[in-house]
Amino acid sequence: MNKSGKKNNRRSFLFTASYTLGAVGIGATVWPFIHQMNPDSSVKALATTEVDVSQIQPGKSITVLWRGKPVFIKRRTQEEIAEAQSVNLKELKHPEKDEDRVKKSEWLVMLGICTHLGCVPLADKGEYNGWFCPCHGSHYDTSGRIRKGPAPVNMEIPKYKFIDDNTIMIG
Amino acid sequence: MSESYKPTTKFGKWFNDRLPLLTLSAHLREYPTPKNLNYWWTFGGILTFCLISQIITGVVLGMHYVAHADMAFSSIEHIMRDVNYGWLIRYIHSNGASMFFLAVYIHIFRSLFYGSYKSPREIIWILGMLIYLLMMATAFMGYVLPWGQMSFWGATVITNLFSAIPLVGDSIVTWLWGGYAVDNPTLTRFFSLHYLFPFLILGLVILHIWALHVPGNNNPVGIDIKKPSKDTVPFHPYITIKDLFALLVFLIIFSGFIFFAPNILGHSDNYIEANPLVTPKHIVPEWYLLPFYAILRSVPDKLGGVILLFASIFILMALPWLDSAKVRSAIFRPIYKKFFWLLIIDVLALGYVGAMPAEGVYLLVARVATIYYFAHFLIILPVLSRIEKTDPVPLSISEPVFSGMPKTEMMRSYKNNV
Amino acid sequence: MFKYNFRIFFVSFVIFSFSMVASQTEEKIELIKIDWSFKGITGKFDRASLQRGYQVYTEVCASCHSMNLLSYRNLGEEGGPEFSVDQVKAIAANFEVTDGPNNDGEMFTRPGRPSDKFVSPYPNVQAAMAANGGAYPPDMSVLVKARKGGANYIYSVLMGYEDPPQDFQLSDGVYYNKYMDGNKIKMSKPIADDIVSYADGTKATESQIAKDVTTFLAWSSEPHLEKRHKMGMKVVIYLIILTLLVYLSMKRLWSRIDSKE
Repeated sequence: MNKSGKKNNRRSFLFTASYTLGAVGIGATVWPFIHQMNPDSSVKALATTEVDVSQIQPGKSITVLWRGKPVFIKRRTQEEIAEAQSVNLKELKHPEKDEDRVKKSEWLVMLGICTHLGCVPLADKGEYNGWFCPCHGSHYDTSGRIRKGPAPVNMEIPKYKFIDDNTIMIG
Repeated sequence: MSESYKPTTKFGKWFNDRLPLLTLSAHLREYPTPKNLNYWWTFGGILTFCLISQIITGVVLGMHYVAHADMAFSSIEHIMRDVNYGWLIRYIHSNGASMFFLAVYIHIFRSLFYGSYKSPREIIWILGMLIYLLMMATAFMGYVLPWGQMSFWGATVITNLFSAIPLVGDSIVTWLWGGYAVDNPTLTRFFSLHYLFPFLILGLVILHIWALHVPGNNNPVGIDIKKPSKDTVPFHPYITIKDLFALLVFLIIFSGFIFFAPNILGHSDNYIEANPLVTPKHIVPEWYLLPFYAILRSVPDKLGGVILLFASIFILMALPWLDSAKVRSAIFRPIYKKFFWLLIIDVLALGYVGAMPAEGVYLLVARVATIYYFAHFLIILPVLSRIEKTDPVPLSISEPVFSGMPKTEMMRSYKNNV
Repeated sequence: MFKYNFRIFFVSFVIFSFSMVASQTEEKIELIKIDWSFKGITGKFDRASLQRGYQVYTEVCASCHSMNLLSYRNLGEEGGPEFSVDQVKAIAANFEVTDGPNNDGEMFTRPGRPSDKFVSPYPNVQAAMAANGGAYPPDMSVLVKARKGGANYIYSVLMGYEDPPQDFQLSDGVYYNKYMDGNKIKMSKPIADDIVSYADGTKATESQIAKDVTTFLAWSSEPHLEKRHKMGMKVVIYLIILTLLVYLSMKRLWSRIDSKE
């Protein structure tokens, strides 16, 4: 009686150990097939872009391609900066202080993608002196914040920094 | 019996009434399998694993590969260098093709030895031959995709064969190429078809297994058995675990190639980008196509070589009718057994000379081996069916064998019974 | 029965491996065989040798041979020469890379970045051939895998320049090499003692230079070799353990059947 009980325990330990070890192997095998779809090292190497901004005049902006997406770099005039800083946060659908969206107040660096459904908004258009998205009528102000229209949040600020006074590194 | 299977949950019953997957699953679990199957019978399961592995790694490679003559070679290097684990997936796929063919040859020779192609399993055999044909086409097209020197020139040589067909040959070749030489149109269509064919193979494999489940498996002794009976075991867990064990041993060998010798079965020339102006010194296909390459080159006439090449495969399809001996297993056919080994040596010899230049002693051996190959199927087998005196065959698996080579397990069980 | 099966397998294996080996050693001449650090199942690259090899490539070979599948960032990746991030940036910045078109529609040059591919000495294959007597100096990104004999072959060719035997015809611009197919090569002897002066102070003998640059080329062909070997060891050991467990489970399971007879 006892002997067969012991035998059964040994047997089921053997089976359990096999199953467990097998499951570990299957998990380890699955991972590379999932991870291969993550960005490969050539994509990751292009994850940053350096932009020379020395030629941009006040009031003007340029659009650069970063990670396949448009980035607006605008050199704001003093009026535009003042306008952006004086807005009452309660009026904003997505309250954000202008000071929190820029590193140097003269330079606005943001992803030029409407947060509604992804179109590229047009510069110097719209009722708030900023950008206007023609797809569904979203209006953005001089800080790129949504003021009117269906977009839910302000245009995204990517990671960037000033390498020197004339060069911004995005990403 | 699985037809009387009753699902254990209410949802199970509801679903099974509409699509009897649970009944199918029960059938597969209970499927009565001869209990004396040896390890040569594990290669069907191994092959199914190989097919699924090739499909998964292939689909993943297809996410990164670029099927254009200007970018194919560098896109594969991109996979090898930049894609996360790309080198691993690529080496699994390229070595997996070799392992697939190693397994299929063992599987086929198992059938030849034990008479698994004989009545009532002729359709299983023919489906298997069709699967084999599709495998060769898939492998051939797959090898073109890296667009190395061997890719390009192998494609050129093999597609050029079709020009041997009288009247329409040249038009067919132009049609295959999509141009006036192997070039980008050829590459893109080969990519499309290489992606498609494995799914056709998958469909044929399902038919192959379905056709098998009608008469049930053959067994080493080659006798008909009643199923279920004390001669059979349910497929799960007895055969599933044996197949799993064999698969694991197979994976150890497979891993040896992938991780420690990933390029040993290939040809170094395929790491040179395709150049239409420079022909490699020796154009050779991958090892698993070498016997057919030898047969092709053994005939001095171009059309003759092509005819013999296809004949060498189609002759295999006719095997159940060429070899009509009533005794299935070579264990009880002492003369057939000797010719079986001769055939193996013949095929290995063909493989060897297929890799050599087609001249001198190599060409002589190729010709002799080709003639012998056809003689085996067209002359020796039919004659043996008529005149061979076979050994007596046991009445059941559990009973001892009267003569010939006793299976050690059967001898052990006989001793236990006495 | 088992004896039979083993005999089959053994015979087939012998013939199979013989045919593989025979088909690979077509050349009558034996290559110089070096005990490379990356040989075998536990092979690894010698970091210092890789860095020296890169120096040889840049100073000696890069004027004719491209390596256009490599990027400068590869020089900093694990398993390779493993230059530091700053060293890689500095190396890349040494080279002028063509970029563009700019907003005026023109191509321009700028200093290289780690993400750039290695700069080629010639703009295209035809220019390379024209500048080298009609012979194309092959791209070396996967050269070690593209030649039978691999690293041993590359090393042998580099060391294989000799005076031709009596009566051996050599045209202008063609040189005698013991290991080249047909014994002719259009590249003059590229290396000699002290042709580079190693940054790490290693004595730059001809064979040292050949060893280092061959090691570098071997890495370029197989940048993930070390990772592959490490993973392979783990996988095979894991499989052996699992196979053993499954084998024991199988025997235990089947003991029911075998004992019922």
